[in-house]
Amino acid sequence: MNLIAQLEAEQIAELGHEIPDFKAGDTIRVGYKVTEGTRSRVQNYEGVCISRKNGKGIAGSFTVRKISFGEGVERVFPLHSTNIDNITVVRRGKVRRAKLYYLRARRGKSARIAEVSNYKALDGAKA
Amino acid sequence: MLRSGVIAKKVGMTRLFMEDGKQIPVTVLQLDGLQVVATRTAEKDGYSAVQLGAGSAKAKRVSQAMRGHFAAAKVEPKRKIAEFRVDPENMIAIGEELTADHYFAGQYVDVSGTSIGKGFAGAMKRHNFGGLRASHGVSVSHRSHGSTGQCQDPGKVFKGKKMAGHMGSARVTTQNLQVVRTDSDRGLIMVKGAVPGSKGGWVTVKDAVKKPTPENVMLPAGLKSLAEEAKRLAEEAAAAAAEEAAAAEAAAAEAALAAEAASLEASEADEATGTGDDTAKPEGDEKNEG
Repeated sequence: MNLIAQLEAEQIAELGHEIPDFKAGDTIRVGYKVTEGTRSRVQNYEGVCISRKNGKGIAGSFTVRKISFGEGVERVFPLHSTNIDNITVVRRGKVRRAKLYYLRARRGKSARIAEVSNYKALDGAKA
Repeated sequence: MLRSGVIAKKVGMTRLFMEDGKQIPVTVLQLDGLQVVATRTAEKDGYSAVQLGAGSAKAKRVSQAMRGHFAAAKVEPKRKIAEFRVDPENMIAIGEELTADHYFAGQYVDVSGTSIGKGFAGAMKRHNFGGLRASHGVSVSHRSHGSTGQCQDPGKVFKGKKMAGHMGSARVTTQNLQVVRTDSDRGLIMVKGAVPGSKGGWVTVKDAVKKPTPENVMLPAGLKSLAEEAKRLAEEAAAAAAEEAAAAEAAAAEAALAAEAASLEASEADEATGTGDDTAKPEGDEKNEG
């Protein structure tokens, strides 16, 4: 393992975040720490994960899309951000693409994603 | 307070997640067998400096002259050599090894290296020219530099006119980079932002010239011998403290014994007089250790 990979692995271990197994198409809820003035609270952001980038590494990120008051909203989260309190998978979607950018052009019924009925958890593996 | 810099190898870039949610892009620099190979003094050379060597080279690939130079300093053959001007009081002895503790987190440094070569580059890439228009009659020459001067008077292109040509592979210094973290065990320095050159390239790191010298920098340098000395002293101090604590405990135990004996005697005396109380309880086990 080269030095950079080693440093990144160490940092991931040090951060110790629990990241569930999820991929594009899954509906996830992200608890994001928001600081208002002096006190901070956890804000939930729920939507469809439409892309995951750079794998499980320290540079990994994912995009969550939701329709908020009739307007499409997308947020990109760094996978290992210290601002993320928790990530929970709400629903597992069945998709045939790694990036679901086609959802941007769709609304309503055509923007639905079928649910996976036979999801099998990865044995022991995380994210 | 001019002190020595270091020669480091650029390992690559990564990011650090901070507790407050911030991400910091960092370049990882590694110190590899960084030793003083020679010194320059005002009497001998007219200026004072240290010559550092880093990395390791196979002896058979080092020229005879350099082998002699390294042998004179009693160091292994080095891959890269650089000189750093220092004040005479910050001179370092030949053979001393420098560690990453030379810098501390938060300090500002200047990093110099050889930039990545770009080959023969046009004026747009090399000098950020705008190029010509995409339409309005421009043909073929959309990325050309355009006019290079006037007409019959002066009748020439001025020297130094920015034109296409070789770009990169030049010595570049990036100033005022902040040191985010150091790791003296592995000889790593992490500086915020990018550093000139490719991965595996050699760079030199110096205290920032445009910032005041911090008060808590290590003088004359962050030396391995100094670190070892400090560690040894700390260990000795810890051992001495432990010994002292043990001695104090023994003394306290002795005192307690004496007190017990005294109280016994007193109680005996009291019994003789008729009142029986021994309040002098022995206490001696609350001494802190270390």
